[in-house]
Amino acid sequence: MNTLQWQIATITKITPETAKVKSFTLSLPGWIKHRAGQHYDLRLTAPDGYRAQRSYSIASAPERTGEIDLTIERVEDGEVSTFLHQVVVPGDRVEVRGPIGGYFVWDATTSGGPVLLVAGGSGVVPMMSMLRHRAAVGAKVPVRLLYSSRTYDDVIYREELASLATGGVEIFHTLTRSQPAGWTGYARRIDDTMLAEVSRPFGASALTFICGPTPLVESAATSLERASLRADRIKTERFGPTGT
Amino acid sequence: MAERFVTRGFGGRPRSAVGLAARIPPGQHLVTDFPVLSAGPTPRIDLATWELALSGLVRAPVKWSWPEFLALPAEEFTKDISCVTTWTKLDTRWRGVSVDTLLEHVELAPNALGLVAECHGGYTTNLLLSDAVNGQAFVAYEYDGKPLPPDHGGPARLVVPHLYFWKSAKWLRALRVVDRDRPGFWESNGYHIRGDPWKEERYSGD
Ligand SMILES: Cc1cc2nc3c(=O)[nH]c(=O)nc-3n(C[C@H](O)[C@H](O)[C@H](O)COP(=O)(O)OP(=O)(O)OC[C@H]3O[C@@H](n4cnc5c(N)ncnc54)[C@H](O)[C@@H]3O)c2cc1C
Repeated sequence: MNTLQWQIATITKITPETAKVKSFTLSLPGWIKHRAGQHYDLRLTAPDGYRAQRSYSIASAPERTGEIDLTIERVEDGEVSTFLHQVVVPGDRVEVRGPIGGYFVWDATTSGGPVLLVAGGSGVVPMMSMLRHRAAVGAKVPVRLLYSSRTYDDVIYREELASLATGGVEIFHTLTRSQPAGWTGYARRIDDTMLAEVSRPFGASALTFICGPTPLVESAATSLERASLRADRIKTERFGPTGT
Repeated sequence: MAERFVTRGFGGRPRSAVGLAARIPPGQHLVTDFPVLSAGPTPRIDLATWELALSGLVRAPVKWSWPEFLALPAEEFTKDISCVTTWTKLDTRWRGVSVDTLLEHVELAPNALGLVAECHGGYTTNLLLSDAVNGQAFVAYEYDGKPLPPDHGGPARLVVPHLYFWKSAKWLRALRVVDRDRPGFWESNGYHIRGDPWKEERYSGD
């Protein structure tokens, strides 16, 4: 099995995360251990041979063998995400290949820290793999996650994130559209001040990962460079729109 | 080859509903001829000494002679292409070997991120691996059912239809795997590092 070879995965479980987001557990005959941050390519084929293909980050920890979780947001009129949300049921099979990507990856046992994670929306998915990986290997590397969602109900993995926020992991939420009563987190789009506050204790050499919609990634990366974080320590992944 | 896998319940987006206008990226216009543009003179390449190399951040580099290259599994593909000089040509028909097929012959280093296409005449262009895999890029040697003529990049050129056509480097001789997106010839000369026609990524800063 090589990572560029297509294989047929069976969807064994579908878990709703929010109103627009579901996690899919894929059982893989040719499972290969991934590195946290990597993705799989998923392809759908119609009876006439027409194909649609998209990339999806791995949400689960590399330490889980034989299967992976993908967490997928339903995009309005999205060809692939809508199909996965509305048509697929457990037992269905889809073609995938991976793990892919050698840059936006983090290994808790070898890559130093501290680690700063900045995510918007479903951009939290690869970060989740990193946090689950850190927990699975019992690493002590300090990690801060700044995570932007529209509303409280749009926060993906809300409860699991809360339970992971211990022993050196700190999580900062910002809700850009509306906030529940008594909300104490940030309540605006990610900006210079917010990034400076969250990154300050880590200094200029924090290993930084930024993931989400392209505009968020661009603005967060420029802002962190302005805040004099080392550019060569900032890794970015852009989810779209339009996938690739 | 094994029977094609079909995904249960998947029909995909309507294919016939897509009109012609919807296929022309912003700022582009339709042409029916095939304009020739190059950064320099058309090199003369002898098939007896022609080689394609796949090198760089791979465990064991590979080289194909012309007969070896022709023996690789090839595909026919029909794609719309857009040149940064604003012409778009629909339904161009090619035959070539996908970059996926080439990459199956090597093991990529974990830090592999991009490709540099190196050409006779010294031209280079850069591609992210994510723009080169999954059936997005080919090394083509036939155009419209005939051997690719020299002025269009023959004997073999890169074809990356979803990016502006300067990425589809003519007279290809090597693909080098690199660990970052290093600007190639046009990309060092004011053109955009990626060049997506649908985003009008024409020039650096676009
Ligand atoms: C490396 C990588 C990893 C990714 N990981 C994930 C992941 O873990 N989870 C996930 O949900 N998505 C992820 N994506 C995005 C994913 O690949 C698809 O782009 C997304 O699912 C939309 O595909 P679609 O076929 O549903 O929509 P399409 O049919 O491609 O697009 C429909 C419409 O939605 C817009 N659109 C496309 N993509 C997006 C987007 N991401 N956000 C908002 N609007 C969009 C398009 O411009 C278009 O107008 C990742 C992308 C990349 C490149």
